[in-house]
Formats: sequence, structure tokens, C-alpha cells
Amino acid sequence: MDPRAAPPAVAAAAGGAPHITVRGLAKRFGEAVVYDRFDLDIPRGRFVSIFGPNGCGKSTLINMIAGLVPADGGEILFGGKHLADTKIGYVFQNYREALFPWLRSIDNIEYPLRLAKLPKAERRAKVERLVAHLGVKIDLNRYPYELSGGQQQLVSIMRALVVEPEVLFLDEPFSALDYEMTLFMRDQLQAVFDETRTTTILVSHDLEEAVYLADHVLLLSRRPARVADLVAMDLPRPRDAHTLSDPDFVRIKGHCLDVFQREVRKG
Amino acid sequence: MKRQALLPIVGVVALVVVWYLAVWVRLVDPVLLPPPEKAFAALVQGMAGGRLGYDFWRTLERTAYAIAIAAVIAIPLGILLGANEKAYRAAEFVIDFFRSTPASAMFPLFLVIFGVGDKTKILVASFGAALVILFNVAYGVMNARKTRLLAAKVMGASRLRVLTDVMLLESLPQTFVGLRNGVSLALVIVVVAEMFIGSIDGLGYRVFEAQQLFNMPEMYAAIFASGALGYGLNLAFMLVEKRFVHWAGK
Repeated sequence: MDPRAAPPAVAAAAGGAPHITVRGLAKRFGEAVVYDRFDLDIPRGRFVSIFGPNGCGKSTLINMIAGLVPADGGEILFGGKHLADTKIGYVFQNYREALFPWLRSIDNIEYPLRLAKLPKAERRAKVERLVAHLGVKIDLNRYPYELSGGQQQLVSIMRALVVEPEVLFLDEPFSALDYEMTLFMRDQLQAVFDETRTTTILVSHDLEEAVYLADHVLLLSRRPARVADLVAMDLPRPRDAHTLSDPDFVRIKGHCLDVFQREVRKG
Repeated sequence: MKRQALLPIVGVVALVVVWYLAVWVRLVDPVLLPPPEKAFAALVQGMAGGRLGYDFWRTLERTAYAIAIAAVIAIPLGILLGANEKAYRAAEFVIDFFRSTPASAMFPLFLVIFGVGDKTKILVASFGAALVILFNVAYGVMNARKTRLLAAKVMGASRLRVLTDVMLLESLPQTFVGLRNGVSLALVIVVVAEMFIGSIDGLGYRVFEAQQLFNMPEMYAAIFASGALGYGLNLAFMLVEKRFVHWAGK
């Protein structure tokens, strides 16, 4: 694919102006070129899963978009605005190291509101609204280390959502959880998305999960990473266990796997 | 469970039994090793209103001053150096060098500067303790979990907020390690200092004085009092740590 060609038309597929536009992104780690003249459009209010070979730079991509890793070049805009003017939420893979163990869970969730200098009453109200919204049944007065892994990650997700972000980033959020908890958390995340319709970018190393949750699956090539394919996944929501055996789901997942294996073999 | 809790007593009983046996078979000259009850009697009498209680208090006082001065200087400095890795690398050799220098070697220098009074004893102990605390605090700050710092950053925390809200708390467990090691070292230095010429009180003075007078029960009593002080200080810091750093190791 010619890297100078027009950016992949996710936005067109979604039928709206793109929310996030990435233009001419460049990144190298030492000798390794991870991104070079990389373009991407991410539509507003959609759930995009990113999937690709190991070490192709999935996490690096969302970390550059979220401002955690500096890009060597290129431009990233959020509806025309820069990151500094954009509210984002970010959920890390390692919830144990991402939450603040010295704060009770509720204070963890309130922390970004405290940074925004919201008065206490308003902070409490926002958290309560979020708890009611999500139907969370965790004792938030406990410290994170007193909660199970899934509950801790749920607290992380709430901390990311409480600011009502324009974009929600999730970096392999469930990979440290057991399968039962993963299934439960997928549905929690799906419910959150259905409820808020926040533009969401998920990095996953689990193809089933990536397809199950997504409106669009972004498949990356080996590095330097290019868009190998952009697969629309428009099965109706809410999706459930039956979705996993739906012929369309199986077909889309199969297609993604084909593309993935083709990319892996190229290496 | 209850039985488990009684286990430490076994060691104490064994020690007393061995001591009795040693006295009984005259392993050591009875003048040098009195029977345990004599030593304990001296300990109880000395601590309950005797000279030993006063010496115990004086040593505790000096150690407390020393650790307080060390903490006030070393904790902020450790945070500054830890937050700025280049600065720490620049200072690292000097810190490591003086941390490895026996603080007792600094006595003559401090004596010349501060005279034979309390000042010298306290400041040499502070010097030793401060380097231990500084080193631990700086490493605690430097080894703050990357993810936690990034989490604060991505939520929009300024560099100052990352320092006060995350780095400081992340370094607390290591800071307490430094404080506990520091207080043990400070006590060692204070007790040695109290054995020097010009001392008139303190546990070090009491041990030395009793030995000079061949008053062995009193010497053992002073040694046990020093041990109790060291153990108590360590325990106190551990209890405070448990309260303030409830998340450590979790």
C-alpha cells in the first residue's frame, strides 16, 4: 500500500466526520522504525479495536494518541483540537500499578476531578451518578488492594469515565484477569459504551474480544506498522454469548485471522 | 495459633538456661558473669528510679534529636535528588562514599568543631543517619512505578502534582526503611559517643563506667537496657509505618 494514499476511510464508513485524525505519524525506537508516515481516521462515537502481530506497536499507537509517548513526527488532532484541549480517559493493563493504593477506591475515582479542582460535593455527585449509571456493586470505601482484580479494573475504568472523556483508551484492559472475569468485564465495557457512546479505542491481544466489542477492527501489519485492514463489524448491540457463534461474527473473525496470519508470515 | 505466639519465649528461656549452666559449671569467672537474677535485679532497680533510668532517657533523647535532625534534612533532599535523576547521579558517589565511611571516624573532626558536649554526639549520629535516609528516600522516589506516574500524567496532573500526589507516597515505604536503618545507626553512634572522655551520662557511659568499676551486674543491666531501647525504637517505627503505609507489600 502506498503510504501517501488517502487515509483509510473509517470515517466514511461511519458516515460522519472523523473524531481523531492521525497524519504523517513517525516513531522509531533506536534503529527500529515503528511508524513512518502513518495516517489514520477514527470516527466519532465508535468502538475501534486494534489488533496486530506482537511488537507491531499497537500500544505505542494509542500511547502516542493519548500523549503518554511522544511521537517523532506527525500530527494528531481530536475534532481539530489538540490533546491539551481534549478530555481523555485511559485504562491501563496493569490495574494494580495504575491505581493509587494509598487512596480508597472512591478517592481514586475522584482523583481526576480533584485535579480539575471540582468541589467535594460535585465530585461525590459525579461518582454517585456514574455508579448508578453502571449499576456497580462494589464497596468503594475499600482500598484497591482489598478488591478482586476485576473490581480493581472496574474502578480503573470508572476513574477514566468520571471526567466524561471525549475519548476512552483501553490498553489490553482484561489480559490480567481470568476468563470468567474477562467475559463479565467485556459486557460491563459494552454496557458503558452503549450508555455513553464515547469514542473508544481498545488494544487487545485477543481477537475474539477485539471483534466482539468493536464497530471497527483495525488490523496492523508488522513494523513499520501500516493499516493491514479495517474491518467493519456491525452486528447489533447488545451482543452476548450467542454473538460468538453467529455466522457473521465467525466470518468476520475468520477474515481478521486470515489478515493477521498473512501479516505474521510476511515477517 | 496461641502456641505459635508463645514460640519467641522459647528462645529467651533457652538463653537464660544456657546462662545459668555457664555460671553453674563455672565456664567463665563468676566476677565476669554473674547469675542472671543479679543482672536482672540491677536492671529493674536501675530502671525504676535508679541512675540507669536516667541514662536510658538521656540516650533516647540524643537519638531522638539525631534522627529528627537527620529526617528533616535528608527527606526533602532525598525527594529533590530522587525526582531529578541527573542530580542524583551527580551526587551519588559522594553520598555512597560517606555512607560507607564509618561515622565513628568523624568523631575527632566533630569534637574539634562542636566541643565535647551533646552537640557532637547528636550531630555525628545525625550525619550517619541522614545519609542512610537520603539514599533510601532518593531510591524510593526514583523507583516509583512508571505506570502510576503515567496514570497521573494522563489524568492531567502537572509535574508538581505528580511529585506530591504520586512520587512522595510511592517513596514512603522506602523512606521508612531508611528511617528504621537510620535510627538503628544513630543509636549505635550515640552509645559509642557516650563512651568518650567528657561524657557524664547515657547508656554508653553507664556500660563503660560499670565495666571500669567491675560492677558486672550493672554493666549487663546497661547492655540490656540498650538492647531494649534499640528494639523498642525499631518496633515503634514499624508500628507507625504500618499505620501510615498500610498499602506496603500489597
